[in-house]
Amino acid sequence: MQLDAKIPAGPLADKWDAHRFSTPLVAPSNRRKFEVIVIGTGLAGAGAAATMGELGYRVKTFTYHDSNRRAHSIAAQGGINASKNYRNDGDSDYRLFYDTIKGGDYRSREANVYRLAQVSGEIIDQATAQGVPFGREYGGMLANRSFGGAQVSRTFYARGQTGQQLLLGAYQALARQIKAGTVTAYNRCEMLDIVVAEGRAVGVVVRDMLTGEISSHSAHAVVLATGGYSNAYFLSTNAKACNGTAIWRAHRKGALFANPCFTQIHPTCIPQADEFQSKLTLMSESLRNDGRIWIPADFDETRPPADVPEDQRDYFLERRYPAFGNLVPRDVASRAAKKEVDAGKGAGPMKNGVYLDFAEAIGRLGRDTIETRYGNLFEMYERITDENPYEVPMRIYPAPHYTMGGLWVDYDLMTSVPGLYTIGEANFSDHGANRLGASALMQGLADGYFILPNTIAAYLSDSLGTDPMSTDETPFKQAEADVTDRTERLLGANGSRTVDWFHRELGKIVWEHCGMARSAEGLTKAISEIPALKEEFFADVKIMGEGDSLNQTLEKAGRVADHFDLAELMCRDALHREESCGGHFRVEHVTDDGEAKRNDEEFTFVSAWGFEGDGAEPSLTKEMLEFENVELTTRSYK
Amino acid sequence: MDVTLRVWRQDGPGRPGAFEEYPAADISSHASFLEMLDIVNDRLTLTDREPIAFEHDCREGICGACGLMINGQPHGPQLGTATCQLHMRKFRDGDLITIEPWRASGFPILKDLIVDRSAFDRIVEAGGYVTVDTGSAPDANLVPVAQESAEAAMDAAACIGCGACVAACPNSAAQLFTAAKLAHLNLLPQGQPERFIRVEAMVDTMEAFFGSCTNHAECEEACPKRISIDFIALLNRDYIKAKWRNGRLAAQH
Repeated sequence: MQLDAKIPAGPLADKWDAHRFSTPLVAPSNRRKFEVIVIGTGLAGAGAAATMGELGYRVKTFTYHDSNRRAHSIAAQGGINASKNYRNDGDSDYRLFYDTIKGGDYRSREANVYRLAQVSGEIIDQATAQGVPFGREYGGMLANRSFGGAQVSRTFYARGQTGQQLLLGAYQALARQIKAGTVTAYNRCEMLDIVVAEGRAVGVVVRDMLTGEISSHSAHAVVLATGGYSNAYFLSTNAKACNGTAIWRAHRKGALFANPCFTQIHPTCIPQADEFQSKLTLMSESLRNDGRIWIPADFDETRPPADVPEDQRDYFLERRYPAFGNLVPRDVASRAAKKEVDAGKGAGPMKNGVYLDFAEAIGRLGRDTIETRYGNLFEMYERITDENPYEVPMRIYPAPHYTMGGLWVDYDLMTSVPGLYTIGEANFSDHGANRLGASALMQGLADGYFILPNTIAAYLSDSLGTDPMSTDETPFKQAEADVTDRTERLLGANGSRTVDWFHRELGKIVWEHCGMARSAEGLTKAISEIPALKEEFFADVKIMGEGDSLNQTLEKAGRVADHFDLAELMCRDALHREESCGGHFRVEHVTDDGEAKRNDEEFTFVSAWGFEGDGAEPSLTKEMLEFENVELTTRSYK
Repeated sequence: MDVTLRVWRQDGPGRPGAFEEYPAADISSHASFLEMLDIVNDRLTLTDREPIAFEHDCREGICGACGLMINGQPHGPQLGTATCQLHMRKFRDGDLITIEPWRASGFPILKDLIVDRSAFDRIVEAGGYVTVDTGSAPDANLVPVAQESAEAAMDAAACIGCGACVAACPNSAAQLFTAAKLAHLNLLPQGQPERFIRVEAMVDTMEAFFGSCTNHAECEEACPKRISIDFIALLNRDYIKAKWRNGRLAAQH
């Protein structure tokens, strides 16, 4: 298979303009003749659905939530990047582009990333006009903070609830279109299959979560905006329902899956406290603006942290990376913390964390300033741990947080299946092997508001005058039957272990072998263990209740079933990629001082995996990455 | 610790429901309330009983999906804390804990502890937005926003749409939810052009689903984000103004 990313020719800065000019359009009066399905209503999905509704398309949205306002974008805390250069500190589209390419360890597409930087400013304009209450200076101008991997202040924020406020902006824009009748919203409705006919995406099969009814919906194009797959690890910062089913179902129907092993382990999360824990909670990266990360220099330190004298503390990030200090990118910070904890220097009762200490900042700025900046995060920390971070340093440890990998898309954000688009975290396009902080909100909204609503016209214009396929046709009926079979199979097992038990076991394997450090040996082991666990799951899972009513265990079981396959592909990709880059760290590939060692000669490509059938090895297609503007260097934050 | 749960079980909308008691033995005090329910649910499943249906998602207190009436208090005993962030250390060994769904006519029960809160979406659809198509916004710094206004708007915008305010209200009124959304937009310069159309549309829609506010202030006490009832005063003021402005109030009397 040949992959064509359809990157426009011409100078980097002109590509997006040139592309928009050369792309066929759909005239305003024709737009209502087109139906588009959007799966997921987070930043990307709600943004795209609202914008396409405004343009005049007929849109259907589907979400498994009761309300479009609850997607997990809502939990993003720290901020959103934009190259406004309001601070006059040397920022520009080019610098944001460069930081993102470098931060991603040179495994993303130049053209996509530059476009992201170009539209970043418009996102801030749009959100502000929607009434997003961004933080302000006294003069009324927008405030900024710094995030990891950048030496400029380009992050806009709404306290520690930036994701919430941006999502509410998109949700409200979507609500306006629902009222206007351009968008029909199907809530508590989960997509369980994509329907592909004659090589094109023609619709979806969904399950009404209240009645259990399986039904089909057809459209001229389908857009997936279903987020990432960090829940393959079981314990992650994702919401409990986040899952990879939509993208995995699309993958099985022909959409290539790109760089599945590029997952982000976020450095600042609250360490696991117990075996029964159901999720991990993120503490915003913005805390690293003022918090200093350290561990006791002495292995056997037993004193409370405040009693450990300065000269017996190891501020290991500041020591190892003096130029960026505590604000090194996430992958670097996570690995550094893991190294210290693995060496037995961890803090806390289980020695499974490092300190994030605000004592110095409180002394310098006063408690009030720290409270204004991070008050809600400090409260959240105290509620969970019962410790007061104004007095005792926080304890943090890395946790699965974001997946850079996802469905392969071209410059238009279309997957390898014509008519099927993927936006936001669900695609692979912009973050390479590591995402910089405050860039997920930027990408979700860039895709949703500004990119997809433009690029989708090229595909739609081609089918002017045709109706979507009837849902009575065989491809829909076949997909419905497949979905019903899967549901019955899950309910019929009537085994002896719960869905969560299996999910936890899967998570242990993936975390152990495809987490922060990966080896050929471990990955090979995982590739044999995961299918065995999956087989056990289908034979021995126990689900109470029926399929024809609200059944949360059944919903969960379907998601976990797909996580097995996705996790296996993650491991296969990690095994194949014989280099360390970004969040993908192979213990066999390190420099003399223990840093990640990339292999540009052999691995400057996107791994796009194709589904070849259950139990069959996936096929690999490579999209070679061309760097015309940026020189590939060893990433250094020293 | 060992506690006993008294949980509302109901098969479906309009079906009869009843309390059932389940032991929750050997629970760590570090477990969150929902993790305790996870454990109980796994035990129920393994003894051939249907697990308790309850809504939850982010478990970080921000998505607003969770919401249980715990011992008669929405989200339980800890002030300013959503159910998902409540931990078992707030209870004592041997406690009997009563868990119910939100009870309000505007929130019909769907199953066990899950209610239908879609009326909130209808209120927002009525006018809880700024009409600004994607692409039509001016530069973000063109309109200065006083820091105080932005902060006040943010205080209101922090609402997570969980419905605790309605559940806490003896009248099942949704004034605090509606006022929070209104204040968020009406306090900002960007919200001014539609200020009075917005308040009228949202309040009128609210009244189609929910009861009336009689200033009990239970909502503020129950709100996991501690949103102030001062915003309800703003709602009332804007609503009266809107009615005068439209001349309709005068016509009605």
